[in-house]
Amino acid sequence: MQPEADNLLFDLTLTDEQRMNRETMQRFAAAEMRERAKSADAERTVPSEFYAKSAELGLAVLPVPEALGGAGMARSPVSNALISEDLAHGDMAMALGAISPLALVNTLLDQGSDAQREKYLPQFCTGAFRAATTALLEPRATFDPGQPQTRATRSGDGFCLNGTKCMVPLGRDADLVLVVAELAGEGPAAFLVEGTPAGMQRSSQAHMGLGSAQLATLAFEQVELPPDSLLGGGPFNLRRFVDLSRLGICALAVGTCQAILDYVTGYCNERMAFGEPISHRQSVAFMIADIAIELEGMRLMTWRAAARAEQGLDFHQEAYLAKLFCAEHAMKIGTDGVQLLGGHGFCREHPVEMWYRNLRSVAILDGVASL
Amino acid sequence: MINLELSDKHQETYNNLRMVAEHMMRPYSRKYDREEHSYPKEMEDVAKLLDSGATARASAPGSPRGAVKNGANLLAVSAYEALCWGDVGLMLAMPGRGLGNAAINAVGTPEQIQQHGSSYAAMCITEPGAGSDSANISTTAVLDGEEWVLNGEKIYVTAGGRCDTLVVWATLDKSAGKAAIKSFIVKKGTPGCEVTRLEHKMGIRASDTAAISFSDCRIPRENLLGSAEVAPDAEGRKKAFGGVMQTFDNTRPPVAAMAIGVARAALDLTREMLADEGLTLDFETKPGNSSAVQAEIYRMEAEWQAARLLVQKAAWMADNKQPNSMEASMCKAKAGRMGNEVTLRCVELCQGLGYSEDQLLEKFARDSKIIDIFEGTQQIQQLIVARRLLGKSSSELK
Repeated sequence: MQPEADNLLFDLTLTDEQRMNRETMQRFAAAEMRERAKSADAERTVPSEFYAKSAELGLAVLPVPEALGGAGMARSPVSNALISEDLAHGDMAMALGAISPLALVNTLLDQGSDAQREKYLPQFCTGAFRAATTALLEPRATFDPGQPQTRATRSGDGFCLNGTKCMVPLGRDADLVLVVAELAGEGPAAFLVEGTPAGMQRSSQAHMGLGSAQLATLAFEQVELPPDSLLGGGPFNLRRFVDLSRLGICALAVGTCQAILDYVTGYCNERMAFGEPISHRQSVAFMIADIAIELEGMRLMTWRAAARAEQGLDFHQEAYLAKLFCAEHAMKIGTDGVQLLGGHGFCREHPVEMWYRNLRSVAILDGVASL
Repeated sequence: MINLELSDKHQETYNNLRMVAEHMMRPYSRKYDREEHSYPKEMEDVAKLLDSGATARASAPGSPRGAVKNGANLLAVSAYEALCWGDVGLMLAMPGRGLGNAAINAVGTPEQIQQHGSSYAAMCITEPGAGSDSANISTTAVLDGEEWVLNGEKIYVTAGGRCDTLVVWATLDKSAGKAAIKSFIVKKGTPGCEVTRLEHKMGIRASDTAAISFSDCRIPRENLLGSAEVAPDAEGRKKAFGGVMQTFDNTRPPVAAMAIGVARAALDLTREMLADEGLTLDFETKPGNSSAVQAEIYRMEAEWQAARLLVQKAAWMADNKQPNSMEASMCKAKAGRMGNEVTLRCVELCQGLGYSEDQLLEKFARDSKIIDIFEGTQQIQQLIVARRLLGKSSSELK
């Protein structure tokens, strides 16, 4: 992160590095994601070579210090938001899976102890895909990320974990999972769970959307964890973690909505009715204008909060409002995307029905995709 | 490098103007809302203060690192926002700051600027039969010897009653369409030019809105702004009118900023009243787990911030010489509807207090309505955005 810079100017110019990175991500999203998204969603699995190829992008390597085998780049929430947006333009669910290891790396860098960084970060710098993820959500109505009911108690030198996490991306396969819990009498805590210890159960769970994110439910019953599993060796800044993850989800929503805007623009210019393209009708054209307007609002709010995080400014309120705005308008944009295609929008031949289902998750997801 | 915070200097200007708005405008808000058509002389002091630069660098680019980035446009939207937090109607009633002044200074010859630039100039575009369709105006200008003779009727002239100069859009030849539309400087008091009516309005009552008729009104030949030539071909005509319309790219973000200011005023007052009733906001609990009123405030704050960022982006693009026609319309559409929605909802949330003239919430709502109408309605902005996105001409997407 950058130290707080004084008197920065309002600026929407990307750095050269960000511009180049965006091109790479956009190429990857177009070539490796968009075409495969539909079948991956239907089969609720991702072609095995996809994650290997995503690892070649080096996403998780970039912010890892050189001494630990990484590229030693300054961790940039803005750059991470751009990565998430561009990958989601290919497919939101596959993007969520691909950036889950990055989310864990970011959280380790942000709140891990030196020993934990030294132990885990080199594992992300081998060139192979390291399936790792973060788990916060719990399966109950009115769940709130600030109040997890998964409980940990101190047990000897280590900890004992009880509770259930849901909607965990890559949850079936990830052999490193950061689990957020309430440490009895001490407040929020996060635990690095390796492999599948006794008492931990993984079950794939089908959802309305995000089929290819391989969401799973993880149940913990009297799971004994070693002393060094406690992230940072002490209290967990849950609020900050939630805020950074909200920005990641916002960025995924922005990329998906951009895909919708691009798609309906082309479709409505080609689709003929009453002797001319339906885009010649204000009732159609104004819906598209509104998609573009609200989408730009989503993007700017996400960028603003991410830039504040990057500068070391307080960004809690901005992240909260960005998430709220993105959740509401992403759903509307998804709905309008389907409506603009009419009956075709309802059929799975076109991707908008999948985007619609995926975007319903924006309001619900928390604790994943941390920037 | 991406940064969406105002620079320290712009923030300081904004803060200073908010003080001006609070202490020199708000105390007169209700008075001039009730006394429609009476002149808010107190705004002369505010105008003087702004001109002196003691509180605002609003007249000059205030960029700490060169004049291009973060120049006049971003500063202007901050200034409009701050002053309209005070009062939209009073801001519009400040003498010497009419849209006509902007037009004279933008396209006038050095002589015209010298002679008329510092007068109080209003803009006459809209007619009873032509509003958004400004290419279809029917006020005529005919050259007779060394004088132009104007005939026609103009309405919705902001400051038309109080100004001393008018900039009038008229056509030299209606059959030549857009390209024949020119603007003319008319001194008030010229025979044949008459203020026929002052409108009684829903809001911005401190600002006078006039109907003005021109009946064989003769003005000197040199009072035509810009060139008298009518382009001979279709391409040239399109370009000529495009130049006229381009001025809206610069004026729409500041007008959108007016909605940002008045919506902020409504939100601030509403949050104050709700806090008095014990409402707390943690910006943490998910909206669905919050009370309905908390969730509503969160939602409005989010809408407000999105609209504000769209306005700032459009202004930033203008400062950086990037074409911003679509973004100017996007921000105007978003800010206009957000301003209406937020101010009206605030009235409802505060119930009897919101609806009462004891407080200003009901006035904020009435004042905000016009912002979604003038300088291009919501629907005109959507049309402009849609045409750009879809690559359509005005004959294809009507």
